[in-house]
Amino acid sequence: MEPTEETGEPVATDTAPPALEAVGLGKTYPNGTRAVSDVDLSVPRGEIRAIVGQNGAGKSTLMKLLYGLEQPSAGQLSVHGRRVRFSGPQDAIALGVGMVHQNLMLVPSFTVAENAVLGVEPGRAGRVDRAAAAERTAALAEQSGLAVDPTARVDTVSVGMRQRAEILKALHRGARILILDEPTAVLTPQETTDLFTAVRRLRDSGMTVLFISHKLKEVREISDRVTVMRAGSVIGTVRTEESTPAQLASMMVGREMSLDVAKPPARPGARVLRVRGLSGPAVHGVSLDIAAGEIVGLAGVEGNGQTELVELLAGLRRPTAGSVTVDDTDVTHLDAAGHRRAGIAHVPEDRLSNGAALDRSIADNLIVDRHDRPPVARRGILRTRRIRELAEDLISRYAIRAPHPDAAAGALSGGNLQKVVVARELSAKPRLLLAAQLTRGVDIGAMHFMYERLLEARDAGAAVLLVSADLGELLALSDRLLVIKDGRLVARFDDPAGLTEEATGLYMLGVERHPDERITAGVR
Amino acid sequence: MGPVLDVVLSTGFLAAILGVSTPYVLAALGGLLAERAGVPNIALEGSMLSAACTGALVAGYSGSVWAGAVCGIAAGALLALLLGVLHLYLGADAIIAGIGLNLLAAGATSYTVFALLGDKGGTSRLHSGALPSVRLPLIEDIPGVGAVLSGQNVLTWAALAATPVVAWLLYRTRFGFHLRAVGEHPEAARSVGIHVHRVQFRALALSGALAGAAGVFLSMGAVSFFVTGMTAGRGYIALAAVFLGALRPCGVFLAALGFGTAEALAVQLGNLDVPSQLVSAIPYVFTLLALAFFAWRRRRASRTDAAPAPLAGPAVLESP
Repeated sequence: MEPTEETGEPVATDTAPPALEAVGLGKTYPNGTRAVSDVDLSVPRGEIRAIVGQNGAGKSTLMKLLYGLEQPSAGQLSVHGRRVRFSGPQDAIALGVGMVHQNLMLVPSFTVAENAVLGVEPGRAGRVDRAAAAERTAALAEQSGLAVDPTARVDTVSVGMRQRAEILKALHRGARILILDEPTAVLTPQETTDLFTAVRRLRDSGMTVLFISHKLKEVREISDRVTVMRAGSVIGTVRTEESTPAQLASMMVGREMSLDVAKPPARPGARVLRVRGLSGPAVHGVSLDIAAGEIVGLAGVEGNGQTELVELLAGLRRPTAGSVTVDDTDVTHLDAAGHRRAGIAHVPEDRLSNGAALDRSIADNLIVDRHDRPPVARRGILRTRRIRELAEDLISRYAIRAPHPDAAAGALSGGNLQKVVVARELSAKPRLLLAAQLTRGVDIGAMHFMYERLLEARDAGAAVLLVSADLGELLALSDRLLVIKDGRLVARFDDPAGLTEEATGLYMLGVERHPDERITAGVR
Repeated sequence: MGPVLDVVLSTGFLAAILGVSTPYVLAALGGLLAERAGVPNIALEGSMLSAACTGALVAGYSGSVWAGAVCGIAAGALLALLLGVLHLYLGADAIIAGIGLNLLAAGATSYTVFALLGDKGGTSRLHSGALPSVRLPLIEDIPGVGAVLSGQNVLTWAALAATPVVAWLLYRTRFGFHLRAVGEHPEAARSVGIHVHRVQFRALALSGALAGAAGVFLSMGAVSFFVTGMTAGRGYIALAAVFLGALRPCGVFLAALGFGTAEALAVQLGNLDVPSQLVSAIPYVFTLLALAFFAWRRRRASRTDAAPAPLAGPAVLESP
């Protein structure tokens, strides 16, 4: 299908039009989640533009809009000064937009060259000229400095070469604008250096490059300018050479609106959670205590082990070393059910896949952690009337906007689904609550509601571990704050009042670090 | 053992292998095309059966064996396309839908035959005729080889030719290129603008047509009439040959030939003093043994060879 051109006229007439321009671009999903809103972006030709932001900031959604994988619900898009509307990636490809996906889109049993030409193969009369494909790929590799072996099977080559093959694929289609989605996530440092050399060479030959990342060090190394995104909006664009890591960090993690939460001081009681030397996948030797009646925040750039730590504590992963006790019960080697019996409740960060069964009813989701005991079950038989009463009670107490307790959980909006999970976990009256990304993707109203419930649980004597990508939220709610980086605790603030997002960001990004004695003080 | 060896070493036996293998080869190549496109075609059996029935009926009523063959092949393709509609458009499970279509084919063919001819057993009342055999004037006179190659049915030759043609289609043409990409990594194919479903539909049509040719051979090559249920599970055995042949045309051909040999052996031994129940079990025992051997070899290969690194995302590779 050809892209629809609304007007053939250039948008900007005074200078050369930008390679890529978005005006007021927005994307709202049918369930009400606003992934991207009112984004203005203008990238001149021949620039390497980094797009940075935490996970969930809307980077990936924005790229999908620019590549035609998703259609915007608002705003306009121009490529080289022409207004365009993509109905699919093929429209973007036709206009010279290429994308290298984070999960590479290569056919494993095909050679590098075959993958590069797939869909636009050289050859006549329905045949594929594989020699020509290999030649063409070799020539492109030579020009661009992306070293590949055109005749090697993709499943036998390194991840770095796979990625170069993916870039060659875009070049073979005549891409003039290249979107690289977290390209360094899978690369070794040497491969990263090589990639950067090749990307600069492409830029010097007139290619426009969009470089998505959340690694500030790499962004500062490769980009000409940096656009920072947060919560679906563009916070600002700065010249890379004029920016500082601290400035970028504060743009990434800050929040524009303060959430006023009436938070009475904590009255910590006896120790509930005791973690010593806990190690597991992506977690290394973590020791910490959490007392009854306090909220301990865990800050960190996403992907630094916080997900794994929470899953270790919830019994969803097995530790390789260390011990965990909850109220003197050693839960280290118990399964998830054992952890729950010990009084641990868990609001998982990915509620769509781990927090709720979307095709089951709301009532089923509300009782799933207690379906085997009174009052909802008696001698192994579920008591439908009790389940319904319980569900209706929780739906009204947690203000879940649901048509019916028997409606499928998947029909709820993001905020209401989160309320279902929170209602279930909090009504279990936990000793320890693990709350991960409690407010991700929910609106302001629901956010406030969650905060109030969380403080209520704290004041009722629960120990709370709060993990959030939203630093403002952590600073507002935490009675104590820990910072994790590369699976290790690197900072501990016993009194986070007065702590700024900028200061915390420096620890999250590894610019500063607390001495170990301070982190483990009193933790014995 | 003497009489058995005499049978196995006779030129008649070698000729029989080629004949008996024909439906296996054709159907297995069809199964291969669908499998490589990412759609398991369980409906091979149904395609064969409906083609066998349609072919014999059309030939019988029209008087033209060629019209019968063409209509039979079309019937096979049509059934495969029906699988495509059920699986690709309506989202039905390919295995369940395929089994359903096989049952439909079994019921519909016997009903049609009974409704038209009043005979529950088959179309033996109808004079359908058979597709011609090919005599090779010069080769015929070579001792040994002549008796094996000359006088084979036209569809046996088609089966022999189909193997290189399918290989050429898969590995040398743009269609085959897209077909393999679609079967292996549909997302990658879609991301470069290949219409995944369109490619799969075409693969299924070809798959059904090849299975149809196999069915036509049963009712119009080996014999000249249709018998209800005459495919007797050959479609499933052909599917086993697809995997036994490691999803490659040449391997699939050899596997199909192997199953054909087992069946030919059973037929020949039927003339000797061996219990017939034992003999007729040979192809099926052979199938089981072959599949077990294949699984064992693959397990050993995966243990010794370094497995190729998976094409994984950062979630897998980023952990320290």
